[in-house]
Amino acid sequence: MSPVSPLVASGLRKSYGSKEVVCGVDLTLQPGECFGLLGPNGAGKTTTLRLCLGLTGPDGGSIHVLGHEVPREGREARARIGVVPQFDNLDPDFTIRENLRVFGRYFDIPEATLQERIPALLEFAGLSSRADTRIQTLSGGMKRRLTLARALINDPELLFLDEPTTGLDPQARHVIWERLRNLLKQGKTLLLTTHFMEEAERLCSRIAIMDNGKIITGGDPRALIAQHVEPHVVEVYGEGAPDWAEAFGRRHAERCEITGETIFCYANDPAPLITDLDRRGDLRYLHRRANIEDVFLKLTGRDLRD
Amino acid sequence: MAAQHWSPPRLSLRFLHVWRRNLLVWRKLAIPSMLGNLADPLLYMFGLGYGLGRMLEDVGGLSYIAFLASGVICSSTMMSASFEAMYSAFSRMHMQKTWDAILNAPLTLDDVLLGEWVWAASKSFLSGSAVLIVAAVLGLVPSPLAIAVIPVIFLTGLAFAGLGLIMTALSPSYDFFMYYFTLCVTPMMLLCGVFFPLNELPAAAQILAQLLPLTHAVALARPLVNGTVPADWLLHIAVLAAYAAGSAYIALALTRRRLLQ
Repeated sequence: MSPVSPLVASGLRKSYGSKEVVCGVDLTLQPGECFGLLGPNGAGKTTTLRLCLGLTGPDGGSIHVLGHEVPREGREARARIGVVPQFDNLDPDFTIRENLRVFGRYFDIPEATLQERIPALLEFAGLSSRADTRIQTLSGGMKRRLTLARALINDPELLFLDEPTTGLDPQARHVIWERLRNLLKQGKTLLLTTHFMEEAERLCSRIAIMDNGKIITGGDPRALIAQHVEPHVVEVYGEGAPDWAEAFGRRHAERCEITGETIFCYANDPAPLITDLDRRGDLRYLHRRANIEDVFLKLTGRDLRD
Repeated sequence: MAAQHWSPPRLSLRFLHVWRRNLLVWRKLAIPSMLGNLADPLLYMFGLGYGLGRMLEDVGGLSYIAFLASGVICSSTMMSASFEAMYSAFSRMHMQKTWDAILNAPLTLDDVLLGEWVWAASKSFLSGSAVLIVAAVLGLVPSPLAIAVIPVIFLTGLAFAGLGLIMTALSPSYDFFMYYFTLCVTPMMLLCGVFFPLNELPAAAQILAQLLPLTHAVALARPLVNGTVPADWLLHIAVLAAYAAGSAYIALALTRRRLLQ
């Protein structure tokens, strides 16, 4: 395999008690790509990341990160990885600048190098003017940007981002996406977990969908959409929608899914559906292109995962 | 518990980063923190020392306040190490997730635990030493041999920091620490010779007291502060060192079980 892959995991297994949460996961990242690991809550995404960081030992399989065998050389691997965790764990006792400096020291980065890097990272995070404020006063979006900047303090080749935009408003989310694209341009490799399908489609060149500890499918997002679902989706809402689906929708769409009073019609040709809905005029509908979320829901089902 | 949790500690100098992080935070609040740490022991010393001391001829050949001073040096060290290793460390581990952040850097949980252990002992060392200095200023420390109390304070801090970290590793919430204070810390305050000599206790209680770490800290500190070499000093040091090393090792194993899932 060339060029050298920044992360190769094969046959990963991990159990807690009698429950196997990661069951035979294989992952190979290409240098400079953004790889998305998608899955419902409890699918095993975070555990997979913890295994790749060497924070817990696998019950089976092997992991190589940037040439280091993990978990045996987890310390060496982590020195070259940046991590944006799912929940902010910035240090509340420190200012923004101190957060970066103290975190940099954990990597044994010389003070002079830190002095050079910190202003650039503050700039990257858009927090230069607030460098000496305590982090309690920051908004959720600012905290995430600081967490991302903190993950870059060691100039990592590989970044792990565990649901980096969960809980952010749309503006803050777009800023994070823009920063991540920036990092891709610099040649960094990104491993992203998310359950925002839009995020995966925007950023990732390849994705894998994980459920119940297994990777159930993976590849280029557009190819996956083409492979698993029809290109058009008509969503129909309202009281009469289920009856309409039985009487008309099912005959003219390749697939219909019903959840409560919403119908999802998956069709190669949406024209007959739209014509009929326009003629009736009593049902609201939305016609859109199929996306990764449709693939995701088809493969992992619509049941709640708590 | 799985055998891997009991594997020998893997020590590295990176623990100093954790220690330094805590020092930086402490420095921001150093003065109120020191005053807070001193207020309690000094109240005991002056309140009981002068109040109760007037009614007592002498205790073990010393004025009561001089007797009390060496005990309070040890109990203050115990309190300070226990608070830091429980409430503060628990905040960093469980509430703020500071440890999680550190573990994403090239540090291990062993580094974190070692850093927290030495830090809690260092902070309690400051508390114990501050009481020693106040006692010296008051003329209650007649001999330069008292310098030898300084390492005793640090060792005492390590013993109680280790015990506190065991509680932290087991604790579901802050409330849990009250059990340890009520069942362990308060009895030690009363049974280990801080306020009155051990030989005033019933025989059974004296035997129990010999098993407790604070007894051995007081048995070292009191003669040293007053200018004599403690009897059986090697034994007392050995007991404190065993408590320190043993508790830190158990705390490490329990914390590995809790966090390295």
